[in-house]
Amino acid sequence: MRHFLILLRRDLGLLLGGERRGATLLPVLFFLAVAMLYPFAVGPDAPVLARTGGGVLWIAALLAAILPLDRLVEPDLELGLFDQLALRGISEELAMTARMVAHWLSFAPALLLAAVPASALVGIDGATLQTVEMGLVAGTPGLAALGVLVAALTAGLRGGAALGGLLVIPLAVPLLVFGAGSLSTGGEAGIALTAAFSLVLVAITPFAAGAAIRSGRS
Amino acid sequence: MQACRLTANNLACQRGERLLFRGLALELASGEALQVKGANGIGKSSLIRILAGLLRPLVGTVERAGSVGLLDERPALDPGLPLGKSLGFWQRLDGPGDAELAQLGLSGLLEVPVRYLSTGQKKRAALARLLGQEAPIWLLDEPLNGLDTRGVAMVEELVAQHCAQGGIALAASHQPIALPGGAAIDLADFTA
Repeated sequence: MRHFLILLRRDLGLLLGGERRGATLLPVLFFLAVAMLYPFAVGPDAPVLARTGGGVLWIAALLAAILPLDRLVEPDLELGLFDQLALRGISEELAMTARMVAHWLSFAPALLLAAVPASALVGIDGATLQTVEMGLVAGTPGLAALGVLVAALTAGLRGGAALGGLLVIPLAVPLLVFGAGSLSTGGEAGIALTAAFSLVLVAITPFAAGAAIRSGRS
Repeated sequence: MQACRLTANNLACQRGERLLFRGLALELASGEALQVKGANGIGKSSLIRILAGLLRPLVGTVERAGSVGLLDERPALDPGLPLGKSLGFWQRLDGPGDAELAQLGLSGLLEVPVRYLSTGQKKRAALARLLGQEAPIWLLDEPLNGLDTRGVAMVEELVAQHCAQGGIALAASHQPIALPGGAAIDLADFTA
């Protein structure tokens, strides 16, 4: 547990700026920019905007979550960090768990806050906003896990970052289907399924990502 | 320092299609040091990684009693952070070690981001991380790369101190390095 907290503190420090200031704000600004551009693209038709706005927020959230994909695992692999941790008896699984939690903390809370002004930009009402927020609470842990998983799998590959972005999108489809689908039915079943899929991803990511890093050594 | 031991039996290493070395055996007890010599690409780094347990040998076994400290070409220090903070992460993991930053020539550099450090300064910083770890078995991969003559003397002195305290040091280097006891093996003798 002590090791976990030390790793989490480091990962959070790196993801939340330090090296590149403004990197924290980037996913949020990106998210708001998509929400802002959307009405320009489809025109000022209030009923259309209100009907589709929630789904657009979901897509914007998905894209914002994969923005920092290339600096989730790759830089530390090049530094030899995981080798040094392994020599100290700290497993790759623990390191990946810390990375996953840090990644979620670095974008999700800010995104949930930004969803409020974004909902005004796409013109959705309070009840829909509530469903979007609940869906995002259920879905963003899964997006964070997916990001770490794909980043670990593609680390060390040439063009890994571009490939990673492409790999995340189809894997995120279930989250999007259930999460954004909960908007049209207004039901809690969609959110529950989103949460279930998130939990599965959160549960397998540390092991799959850890195994990817170990197999990358040979 | 507790008694430590590093034993390797009948090691062979294959990288890709190429058999790098075979039939390699070594045994190091507390206080002993060994230099592994050999030309570039002969498998010195692979041997170090096998001994550290990071790479599986094709055949053979490695036994370690005591924790392993690894110094290789990657300093494992965050390039964007100031050196002090970067080392601080390892200090929190390893506990407050007795690394003398002044002795390593680093005391004036703690505020400088790691990426602005020179190759030799990075090597010194990695040495500080290694010292702080207080591992009895040192595996050093090209420890002299990038160091000036004073740095070389410093590494030799640190290794001598480490062995005097009962530690093990194994250094892979193509340059001459003065180790206590002066034992050396040449990987060219084990090539397939």
